Amino acid sequence: MKLITAILKPGKLDDVKDALQASGISGITVSEASGFGRQGGHTEVYRGAEIKVNLVQKIRLEVLVTDKKVDEIVKVIVKTASTGSIGDGKIWTTPVEDVVRVRTGETGEAAI
Amino acid sequence: MEAVVLNAGDTAWMLASCALVLLMTPGLAFFYGGMVRTKSVLNMMMMSMVTVGIVSVLWVVFGYELAFGSKAGSPWYGNIGFSNLGSRVEEFANNGGVYPIPLLVFAAFQLMFAIITPALISGAIADRTKFGAWALFVTLWSTLVYFPVAHWVFAFGNKVGDVVTGTGYLAGKGLEDFAGGTAVHINAGAAGLALALVLGKRVGWRRDSMRPHSLPLVMLGSGLLWFGWFGFNAGSALAANGIAGLALLNTQVAAGAALIGWLAFERLRNGHSTSLGAASGAVAGLVAITPACAFVDPIGAVAIGILAGVVCAWAVELKFKLGFDDSLDVVAVHLVGGILGSLAIGFVGTSGVNSLGLDGIFYGGGSALLAKQALGVGLVFAYSFVVTAILGFVINKTIGFRVNSVDEVEGIDLSEHAETAYDMKISSRGGVL
Repeated sequence: MKLITAILKPGKLDDVKDALQASGISGITVSEASGFGRQGGHTEVYRGAEIKVNLVQKIRLEVLVTDKKVDEIVKVIVKTASTGSIGDGKIWTTPVEDVVRVRTGETGEAAI
Repeated sequence: MEAVVLNAGDTAWMLASCALVLLMTPGLAFFYGGMVRTKSVLNMMMMSMVTVGIVSVLWVVFGYELAFGSKAGSPWYGNIGFSNLGSRVEEFANNGGVYPIPLLVFAAFQLMFAIITPALISGAIADRTKFGAWALFVTLWSTLVYFPVAHWVFAFGNKVGDVVTGTGYLAGKGLEDFAGGTAVHINAGAAGLALALVLGKRVGWRRDSMRPHSLPLVMLGSGLLWFGWFGFNAGSALAANGIAGLALLNTQVAAGAALIGWLAFERLRNGHSTSLGAASGAVAGLVAITPACAFVDPIGAVAIGILAGVVCAWAVELKFKLGFDDSLDVVAVHLVGGILGSLAIGFVGTSGVNSLGLDGIFYGGGSALLAKQALGVGLVFAYSFVVTAILGFVINKTIGFRVNSVDEVEGIDLSEHAETAYDMKISSRGGVL
């Protein structure tokens, strides 16, 4: 089992969510995030005072998948979230030792 | 003596004006509240709201009498004693002459001015002021600064027959301040400067991002201020007449011109016209036209407006150059705008629109009017700045004027009011709130 974590542009969330559902994914976790990468920040001006916004707002999407679906799901996210410009985000996968469904106590892939 | 008969039209307009001017203070709360960070918006709005409460009570106890009483016959203060307005229901307003409106309507109208003036000061000391200390300050400042200064500027005395008693000093000197460029805006601006200096800078000033947390709230606030300002300026005619119409029209065009002036200035300087600039420019224009609205023609109002938009936008830089944390630019908008509008009358004032006004320099009146205006500007600025600095210093040394730095960083809403404005877990757009 793997945990796919994707940092994405907020505006892409709905497209990615729909694409994941279409690919048979039954659950995701989304949280607001901020950070910086190659995109850096931008400058805003308030009554002439320039304020550098170094941290850019992103969404953090987490999805648990079985080993054999990892490549397919990562490809779906990349395909849906990519605009080709700096700031599209990043995806990484990490191994997961176990998963437990709280309601039933099921473990492993049955709990995904 | 000819008997005065109540004029229902005038009275109705003045009653409406009272409500319009009151609305400016909640409007100001939105204007200021949107400009601070999420952690201090409630405190910012509460500084205005508590002022409504405190000054209303002070007014009916002794404030009205101190500002507009005439028994003492002093040019510096009205009368020290109980306002006793309940005994004067059947009297007409008498301010340098009898107006066909009830005295109590005049008293209520002037109360609204007494409320918003200290509320304006709060923007200079955002995010860091102890709520109790603010409440004490509002009480003392109203008593020692606003009520007397209102007497100097707004009290034209009690006229019985040909005898006028208790005319305010500046009113008697011929200062032209129709609705409070000196008594309200320079007064509040000078006090804001003094308090910003006494309290010192916020933790993280010029290091942390202190950008406005809600520009839509700022826009809402500026809209409510603009709306209420028609009562403020046109209501100051104390009648529903041509002068009220002139004041209303001038108010509108000056605010519009200043909005354009501020937007143009910042577009040239920073490359963009901003929503905060539009909101600020409108208010700067409203401030500048306040003293002048019944003494200039609409073209003069346009000139004052454009100048106010540009100059006030530029004046915002002063706090960075000179290093004082006037958090929401009370100095740049109210002090600078108030001075600009008050002095501008000396140039573009014309008796052609109002027989009570004098001609300024551009209308062949020479510099006599400008000298009267400069006296008013200088006197109100000096008095307000000095007395406010002393008051601020004393409060700071006794009960303390600032919250401690831990509470300030964590958020003054939580420490002073045990509330937070928004149910939010992380800051929007990554900034440090």
